[in-house]
Amino acid sequence: MTETAVLILCGLIAGPVVGGLVSGLDRILTARMQSRIGPPLLQPFFDVVKLLAKEPLVVNVWQAFCAYCYIAAASIALVLFFLQSDLLLIFFVQAVGAVFLVVGALSSTSPYSQIGAHRELLQILSYEPLLVLVVVGFYLETGSFKLTDIYAWPHPMLLKLPFLFIVLGYALTIKLRKSPFDLSTCHHAHQELVKGLLTDYSGPFLALTEIGHWFEVVLMLGVCTLFWATSWIGMAVLLAVTYFLEVLVDNVTSRMNWRWMLSYVWGVGLTLSLVNLIWLHQG
Amino acid sequence: MQGIKRFINQLRAKSPWLLHFDCGSCNGCDIEILACLTPVYDVERFGIIHVGNPFHADLLLTSGTVNHRNKKVLANLYSQMPSPKIVVAIGACGLSGGIFREAYNVVGGIDKVIPVDVYVPGCPPKPEAIIDGVVLGLGKLQAPQERNGERKEA
Repeated sequence: MTETAVLILCGLIAGPVVGGLVSGLDRILTARMQSRIGPPLLQPFFDVVKLLAKEPLVVNVWQAFCAYCYIAAASIALVLFFLQSDLLLIFFVQAVGAVFLVVGALSSTSPYSQIGAHRELLQILSYEPLLVLVVVGFYLETGSFKLTDIYAWPHPMLLKLPFLFIVLGYALTIKLRKSPFDLSTCHHAHQELVKGLLTDYSGPFLALTEIGHWFEVVLMLGVCTLFWATSWIGMAVLLAVTYFLEVLVDNVTSRMNWRWMLSYVWGVGLTLSLVNLIWLHQG
Repeated sequence: MQGIKRFINQLRAKSPWLLHFDCGSCNGCDIEILACLTPVYDVERFGIIHVGNPFHADLLLTSGTVNHRNKKVLANLYSQMPSPKIVVAIGACGLSGGIFREAYNVVGGIDKVIPVDVYVPGCPPKPEAIIDGVVLGLGKLQAPQERNGERKEA
């Protein structure tokens, strides 16, 4: 009982703390790649505290409600991950949160918000099948959807599911809102989108969506650790390399349109998943 | 409680997101404003992010003369920014209407429409002067009682 409570608390604290630090590190790395110094490591926390302390201006009551639902779903998904629950359940809870964010944006009449929401829906459409296929890969290898069994598996999963790890990389890039998939909202698309999906979220509600995003980032990085669950060093190296590659890809690619995203991600992602799943089934 | 308030005010000055609005200047001031935002000056070091959205902004940088056509837009942008917020008027035209102040379509400086916290003179001001003005504005974010700008509806 106490163990469960401690795990829940760990999940609730690890989400914002680790997520914020990763985001700060991301901004410093990006700045260094552009020959800049970049903000302090704690900058994302400054931003979020400032936003929380700003005047709440609400365009639409539903939007505020949706922001709360989003952070609730994102944090529940991470807590379920810490409780070593069912992978499918975790992903469905996470998907509910993502949809609430879109519904919140759709509830406002701003065209930027609407375009951002439509693009976010297309992004969800792109990465959700891939995530489910990754989970299916885990099932075929270990015979279980439970995280306890996957973490207890004696061999590193990466050697059996290398293509599915690449597929997870695509989903991770979309989920982290990195180029070339930063269609729905990003800091660099003023002329095109203003702030897309998040245009009408402001002040404390924007802070809630940001913290919710951190929960999701930590969840996705947690799923990455499953691929080398046998040793702590393996997990750390895999995470560091994956995140560095994410930042690199973000900096060397440009934003593409949703047609390209859908055809490319589905084309490459579904093919790689199928190859890997057939290989698992045969072997 | 006082300590928490002071802490939050310090964080406000560490993360000023700015919105840039050109009321109709000759673009001289705007070129200098955008020069401040290039990687050469790297204002992200100070947590400054250039946002395109008044809902997310703490700092409004305005330049150019206000006329009867765009005064509503300016007031609208200001009212869409959640408090606390700082307005920095940039360039001779933004301060008083500049050489256009006698023109029939010109209302005058930015402060005819919205409360201005910092005035940066020059035609156009250097990027260094604009950064100085923004730093002055950040000081006012840290000590809110000094601000003269109150919430004013359009």
